[in-house]
Order: sequence, then C-alpha cells, then structure tokens
Amino acid sequence: MTLEHIQRKLSEFFKGVPIELVEGAKNPVSQAQTGDSCLVVPADKIKDVCKTLKTIEQFSFDCLSNLTAVDRKDKFEVVYHLFSYKHRHSLTLKAILPREDSAHVETLEDLWGCANWLEREVYDLFGIKFDNHSDLRRIMLPDDWIGHPLRKDYKEEEDYHGISTTRPSLLSS
Amino acid sequence: MELNTEEMLLNMGPQHPSTHGVIRFVVKTDGEVMNAAVPDIGYLHRSIEKIAEKATYNGFMPWTDRVDYLAAMNCNVAYAMAVEKLAGIEISRRAEYLRVIAMELNRIISHLLAVGSLGMDVGAYTPFVHALREREKANDLIEELCGQRLTYNYARIGGVIYDMTPNWDKKVLAFLDQFEPLVNEFDRLLTDAKILRKRLGGIGVVTAEDAINYNLVGPNLRGSGIMFDLRKDMPYSVYPELDFEIPVGTGEAGALGDCFDRYNVRMKEMRESVKILRQCFERIPAGEHQVKVPKKIRPPAGDTYVRTESTRGDLGVYLVSDGSDKACRVKFRCGSFNAMSIVEKISRGMMVADLIAFIASLDIVAPEIDR
Repeated sequence: MTLEHIQRKLSEFFKGVPIELVEGAKNPVSQAQTGDSCLVVPADKIKDVCKTLKTIEQFSFDCLSNLTAVDRKDKFEVVYHLFSYKHRHSLTLKAILPREDSAHVETLEDLWGCANWLEREVYDLFGIKFDNHSDLRRIMLPDDWIGHPLRKDYKEEEDYHGISTTRPSLLSS
Repeated sequence: MELNTEEMLLNMGPQHPSTHGVIRFVVKTDGEVMNAAVPDIGYLHRSIEKIAEKATYNGFMPWTDRVDYLAAMNCNVAYAMAVEKLAGIEISRRAEYLRVIAMELNRIISHLLAVGSLGMDVGAYTPFVHALREREKANDLIEELCGQRLTYNYARIGGVIYDMTPNWDKKVLAFLDQFEPLVNEFDRLLTDAKILRKRLGGIGVVTAEDAINYNLVGPNLRGSGIMFDLRKDMPYSVYPELDFEIPVGTGEAGALGDCFDRYNVRMKEMRESVKILRQCFERIPAGEHQVKVPKKIRPPAGDTYVRTESTRGDLGVYLVSDGSDKACRVKFRCGSFNAMSIVEKISRGMMVADLIAFIASLDIVAPEIDR
C-alpha cells in the first residue's frame, strides 16, 4: 500500500483530523527523492490512529519497528516506524510536540509490547512523557541523573556524586 | 511444619559471565522457580547517539563499531548505507560485494561465539574452545582485509577503505573448505547431544505472536517460526543476486520458539553464510572499491530509516540531517534491546538455571542494548 493510499484511507476513518503527508528530502542536483516520506498526525490522535493502523485488515501494522524522538530546537518530533509482516509494507508516522518540559504523548504499550522500553528510552534521553505508561522510569541513566542528554541544549553537570564528569586535557600542560 | 514461602529477591550481575556483558537482573524467586527476572540495563551506556551529533559523517564511522562489537562490520555498513541513501551516493558493485563478503564472514564469527558460549552456559565446555579456534582463523582473515580483528572500521561512505589483498580470496575459500565440515562436527558435539536438547528444548518458548509484538528480530524471530529475513524480504546491496536459504525454527526439540530453535537457526545460518561467501567470490567484479565523494558530506535536510539484517537481526539506522556536515540525530534500533524487553515476560515461572540458557539463546550483546 502506498503512502498516498494510506493517507486517503486514514482520512476517511478520521474525518476532520489533519493527516498531512510530508515528502522526503530531495537531492538538490538530480531532484531524486532520497529521504523517507512520512505522515504527520496530531499528537493527541496518535493512539487512535495507531490502533486503526494495527487492527484494520488492509493496514495490519502488527510490528512497531522503531520509536524515537528528534529535538528540532523549536519542537520535538516523536517518530514511529511501523511495519506489517502480513503485507510487508512500512510507514513512518510523526507527532509534533511543543518543545517544553511538559511535552507529552499517549503511550502505545498496550498496542505493541516493545513500545514499553522504547518509550522509556525516549523519556530518559529526551524528557518526553508518555501518558498512562505503566512504568515510566529512566532506563539508560541512573534514577538521580539531572537532565536529558539527547536534547540539543543539554549541559552536563560538573560532577555526579562527587565524581568529576570532565578531565583536564593531557596536552594543555 | 509449615515451610516459609515468601518471595526472595536475588541479584544477578552486573558482573557475571553468564549475562554476556554488564547487565543486571533482579530475580524474584520462590525457591527454584522465578516469579520474574527484571532486567536492569544502562551500565554500558556511552551515548553513542549524542556523539554522532558532534562528529562529522565520516568521523562517526569508528563509533559504529562500538555499537555491536561482535558484528561491527554490519554496523559499519548499516550506517554507511543510511548516509549514502540520504546523500544519494551510489557505490560500485565491487564495493557492494566486498561489504557482503565482510559482513558474512562477520556473521560466521559472531554466530560461532553465540553457539559456543551458549554451549558453555549450559555446561558443554569443549565446543566453546572449538568455536573460538575457528573464530580466530576467521579473525585472521578479516585482519588481513582491514587491519583490525574486532572493531573493523572497514566500510566508508562511498565504499570500503581497502580492496582485498592478493590471494586473500583463496585464503578465505580454503578456510571455508575446512570450516564447512566442522559445522557438522559442531552438530555432533552440540546439536545432537541429548543433554543440550533436554537443557534447551521447550525452555523459554516465545510464540510467533509475542515475537512480533515485542519486535524480536533476526534468528530470535526466525526461531519462532516466522520466515522473515531482510536480506530476502526487503533486499539491499547485492543479496537479491545470491542464492541462499532462510532457516526457521521447527520445534524439533520440544516446542516451536524454544531456546533450541533459536540456537539451531544460528547453526544453520553459518552454513548459508558459507554458501553466500562462495558465490560472492565467483561473482565479484573488477573495479574501484571506493567512489569519489565530497570531503565534507552534507546530505540534504531530511530523514531516512534504513534496515539491514545484522547478525542479531534487523539493525535499523534512523538518520536525520539538517543539511550541515554533522548529523542532527542518529538512532540505532538494535535487536538486543528488544530481546531484553521480553525477558521479564518470558521468565515468569521459569527455573533460575533456565534463565541463563534463555539469555544465551537470545544472543544479546550488552553494548548493543545500551549504546
């Protein structure tokens, strides 16, 4: 199923919800498309859209291949890569969140089991909260770590429990 | 007299040989039976994805080795493929073949350690030594190709760094000739051994439904009976031209999707890799091993997600470019991470000793979980 097809079908299911198709990057010289195209879905509708994509037979996206986030400095993007073992097609979904500490989006863990850990990773490294998540704790970093390292404006603390996080350059003296 | 049967909390790891790296499990047991084993990861988190945002596209290549040190070649190539796709770089056919040769040799190297250490974890020491001996030979061959034995740093954006040395192909073919019969020997030592079958059969059963739900990939997915291999189903590089089979689990030692099935898929995959390597050496064309690319690579602003079949299965690289010479975001979607997330569910009701067999059969690599 092509992306245009999925967009048209989804718009039929969700009347009045803007589901936008964003074309992938193009090579400036040859104009050939090199990036992936994606669908941008309103953040508050992501769970409903994903549920439809998983359960309706013609979509059958039974696998959440990847879930991650990007810090665009003025906004957060949460990116979902879906894949269907049944029809062997894939889809990229994006939800745009405001770039603030309170950024949040609905969890998908009751649709796909692997979302539990993937969302914990995004929470840990970006500080994006997932509503109704059963176990939203840090996963990579210690529980008392300050800040979210994959944010573009992250500044490392001077020390962690008295252990310095920097070391003087061996070349400077 | 009533026996006290309260739940006991045990700590396994983070420094323990059977956890295959620095991972900790909080094991909730009631006698020998576990109520759950909760994995605690992050001990090896080095924030490789943050480093990718600070290094240039070429400068990040050595870091990709450290994502999965047992299948560094696959990580190299996956990252190079993502950058090439976004920047619209086409590499030469010779480079494609050299990459596939290196990746398949790497697959043999990684699977040898996987099945060898699995044997050791369940009590068979001898096959491990045999596996490491063969692995050393393959390491020597890779060392001659690219200079390193573990963190290869072989792929480049636009091809590979070195062409084969003279007569290297003959050396590899000689290795394959003596290695292929040895797989049969491994079968006699391990696969057909009654103890191993009893120890792995019917243990840690992952149903096909669970495998997809938790997004298990590679041999772990195929062990549950799902015929899916990116090399065949979403072909990339020169894999469509090569003829090979995809082994899947059959449930011959107990249940479909048990530890034995995952182990056996890896065993069979080594034979397929041998097959692929032989075909590659027959078909590799003459030509350049590297195409000319700009010194500073600046892919157009956009993003791409590239999936490749690494040794541990689907290795996805999500690359976001903002048009500058440094990546805006690189995400490695690794098989081990998802494999760990299913441990808590499967471990319920399992014996403590079987947890070790289960972890070994998932073939996880700790740095790949934590990145």
